[in-house]
This record gives sequence, C-alpha cells and structure tokens, in this order.
Amino acid sequence: MSAPLLAACGLAVDIAGRRVVDGLDFGLAGGERLAILGRNGAGKSTLLNTLAGLRPVAAGAVLLDGEDCALLSPRDAARRRAWLGQFQNDPFGSTVLETALTGRHPHLGRWAWESTRDGELARSALAAVGLAGMEQRQIHTLSGGERQRLAIATLLAQAAPLYLLDEPLAHLDLNHQMAVLELFAGAARDCGAAVVMVLHDPALAHRFCDRALLLHGDGRSEIGAVDAILNAKKLSELYGYALRQIDDGGRRCFIPE
Amino acid sequence: MPSRHRAFLIIAALGLLAVASIGLALMVGSLRIAPADVLAALAGQEGNGVDVVLQLRLPRALAGFACGGLLALAGALMQVLLRNPLADPYVLGISGGAGVGALLAILLGWPVLGVDALAFAGALGAMLLVFGLAHGDGSWTQSRLLLTGVIVAAGCGALVALMLTLAPDDRLRGMLFWLMGDLAQAGSAGPSLLALGGALLLAMPFARELNLLARGLMQAQALGVAVNRLRYAIFLLASLATAASVTTAGSIGFVGLVVPHLVRLATGNDQRLLLPASVLAGGSLLVLADTLARTLIAPQQLPVGVLTALIGVPVFLFLLSRQPK
Repeated sequence: MSAPLLAACGLAVDIAGRRVVDGLDFGLAGGERLAILGRNGAGKSTLLNTLAGLRPVAAGAVLLDGEDCALLSPRDAARRRAWLGQFQNDPFGSTVLETALTGRHPHLGRWAWESTRDGELARSALAAVGLAGMEQRQIHTLSGGERQRLAIATLLAQAAPLYLLDEPLAHLDLNHQMAVLELFAGAARDCGAAVVMVLHDPALAHRFCDRALLLHGDGRSEIGAVDAILNAKKLSELYGYALRQIDDGGRRCFIPE
Repeated sequence: MPSRHRAFLIIAALGLLAVASIGLALMVGSLRIAPADVLAALAGQEGNGVDVVLQLRLPRALAGFACGGLLALAGALMQVLLRNPLADPYVLGISGGAGVGALLAILLGWPVLGVDALAFAGALGAMLLVFGLAHGDGSWTQSRLLLTGVIVAAGCGALVALMLTLAPDDRLRGMLFWLMGDLAQAGSAGPSLLALGGALLLAMPFARELNLLARGLMQAQALGVAVNRLRYAIFLLASLATAASVTTAGSIGFVGLVVPHLVRLATGNDQRLLLPASVLAGGSLLVLADTLARTLIAPQQLPVGVLTALIGVPVFLFLLSRQPK
C-alpha cells in the first residue's frame, strides 16, 4: 500500500507561544475528505498552514506522500499539495487568466513560458468555477465571491493531488457554495484527490466530508467519522453554545437553541 | 499575459527608442553634429567633432542610460519586494546613505574618486543598517522593512541638511548638484553599464517567481517559491543597483518610480517583460532628460534630476488619476 497523501505524526502547533494543537496523528489517503471545525482562534488556519508546510511545526512532522514536508523543496511541495488561503490582496493589476495561470508555476521550468496546454488547463479551471468568458477581466473589478472562485480556479490549475482549503466558502452565495463543495467532492471521487477543508457549517461538513477534526483550541483535538463525531453533544461543547440536531434521511443539520 | 512574440516586439521597439535617444544625445548640444559625422566618429574615422562625440557625449550618454536603467530596474524590484506600488529605489534609504557619504567627501575636499568611493560606502552602510534592523527579530515583514528604510532615510536627510548648513559657500554648489542628480560628474560609463548588465542578468531568471511574490508571500510560497531566499536576493540586488546608479550620478529622482509604472500600464505586470522593458525605457528617459538638461538654457546646465522630476511629477499624477480604483 502506498503512503497516504497527507499524514500528521505527533504534530503540535503553537501560536505566539500557546500550544493550540498537540499530539495530532492522522493520515489522509486519496479520495478522502476531512473537515476541520473549531471556534475562532482555535488554530484551524494555523494548523492548515502547518499541514501545507508554510509554517514550521512546533513538534512532530507533516508527511506529504510519505516524505517529511520540512525537507521538501517549495517547488516539490507545490506539486504535492495546493493551498487556498483566506485572504487575497492584489496591489498590482492582473487579468483573471494571468492569475489562474500562476497555478501552473510549479510545473514550469525556470525559463519556460506558459504553453498552449497550460492555457487550456487554466481556462478549463476557470470554466469549472463558472468564470468562463471573464478571462481578460482585471481582478480588482471582481466581486468578493468571484475573487474567491478565481483563487479556487488557480488551485485547480495547480493540479496537485491534495487540496488544503481554508474557508473555501468565504464570500460565496449559496449556489456557489454548493457548486464548490460538489467540485471538490467530485475531485475526490473521480480523480482520487484528498481534500482538507476548514468549514464553519457542521451540516455541510457532515454532508461533504468523510471525517471531521474538532479543534478545541487548548491542544485537545478529536478526529472521527462524521456520523460519529458530528453530533449535538460534541458540537455544543466545541462551540460553547447549545445546538439541537435534526436528522433528515442521511443528512444532518444543527440549529442553535 | 503577453505572448513571447509580443514581448519580443515590445523589447525590440524599446531597444530602438534607446538607440535613438543615445543618437540624439550625440548630435545635439552647443556644437551640432550631423548624423553622418556621428556615425563616422563612432566608426573610428576622422571627421567633424570626433572628440566631442567620443570624449564628451558618448560616455555621458552611456552613463545616463546605465543609471536610468539601474534606477528603473531597482524601482521595479523594490515595488515587488515591498508589494507597494509607491516604492522607489530610494525608499529604503540607499540614496540617503550615499548622500551622506558624498557630501562628507565634498566637505572634506576629496577628489571625484573619493566622493564616489564614500558615496558607495554610504549606500552600502545604509543598506546594511536597514537590513540588520529590519531583520533583527527574524520577522522581516514588509511593513517593518519599509518603516526601517523610511526612518534611516530620514536620519540621513538630517545629516545631509546639517552638512549643507556647515559647508563653506564654494563647496555648496557642488553639493547641491550632487544631491539633485547630475550626469556631468559621471566619469567613465563602463562600471555602471557593467552593473546594469549584471543586475538584469541576475534578476531575469527569477522574473516569474517575482510575479508570484507580488501576489503575496504565502501565496508565492504555496506555489513553490523559496520566498525568504528570493526576498534577500532581491533586496541585495535592488540596493546594489541603486548604489551603483547613485554613486555615478547622484540621486536622480522619479525615474525609478515612474518608469516601472509607465511600462506596467503599457504591458501589464509580467516581470519577464516588465524588467527588461523598464531598463530600456528608464535608460532612454534619462538620456533624453539629460540631453534637455544641457541644451535648454545652454551654455548653462541644469541638474538632470530636476528635469526628470519636472517630467515625472505631472506624468505620475496623471497616471494616478486615471488608474481604475
């Protein structure tokens, strides 16, 4: 059996000297989807950045495809995982297509220019998030939701087998929220991609992920299958607010009391 | 994104502009020299005004081109490094340090070579000071770097003002011309041309990584750029390019700020095109400005820095006002 696409071994994460995640162990194989849930400031984004190798670990290790992330070159890591950050800001102008093409960077040699095939990959990534026909638009004319979908298209153009998504639904309307979640569910099902996403809606986490990781923010964390771990009792404790659980067929939703 | 073909055409057009600007600089002046005579002089034949072309105008035009190119390149790099469209080569205090060194040398009555040496030493000193202070706790953030640079520049400005106050009257004019930027003091063009070629050659392999750096540090790192190493290298390269230019011709303003913006508006923000295009456009602009500076009210010469600023300020304000929000 091959190594999992992503593995955490005894992983610890510190924020400003405070340990927010401690002794975290898990492995994620191709086709699996993991949701990360927790309160604001619980360390969800910091953990995701650490898993992406963008931040040094406080203890333990992150393995990408069986190799220690800290030892991989940035370029090598970029071909193994794609990372979606929470904030995009663009001091300089650029077109939508140019931005999507930046996803091809780790696949291009130092002197190479983007080929026709890279252009096609970027265009089809834009089409996949509903931005077809906007290739020549300047990015500062986009709405927040369009900018977010462009960031997702850039990620798709990167064509890495592992997606690490920090609040992929930010700024998106309901219809595009579902489209983006369906998109990554499809990537996991059909292309064998592994997906980790930080989400704020436990119902969507239950519906679109196989497992969930709950971060309590004080070093404690729990991981388990969504059916077992996403229930009223655990989530009420996680968010510090009483929640009522409603099951409807295979779906589950949570209503604040 | 410009295709390779379009990029080549733009570079070729700007190359012609550079040749034309240098050609013009060789022809006009207190002694007008016909194009045929200029060509003859360049080809090494005897003719009208050979000495003027080869001994006076050619070194000055080439030094001007090199300085303009260095400043535009350094400006484009600083804007990416600080992710701030308003950054210019002087924002991190390099010219301030050079100014302190140069003025001290003039005050002490040193010869031209000593002024150049002390100016370069001052530029390096300011660079190391900014680097050391900004990097102090290892965070090395853009705002920390920018603030440190601005503060060091302010400190250098105070020292410069102090030396101007203390200077005897006969040295004051030389000091002012140095501060405003003046190509008359440029000696041979060789070192600065060499610096320009070297800086461009070092920067070009990293042009696509710079495109990503302009979009954000984490973003660039996630896409496979060794961000910290690249930022150190760009800081060093931009600082040394600035120091080379300032040492040759004093602090010539606005070329480093305006030229990258002009090129960006015309061609987009792909550094693979922006960097060489800025070099050619910056060099041409400075050669043209210098030609104007020595012909407008001839025989008196204006400091070229005054002209680039006089051209640069309205152009920049115009661009800023028509830039979409």
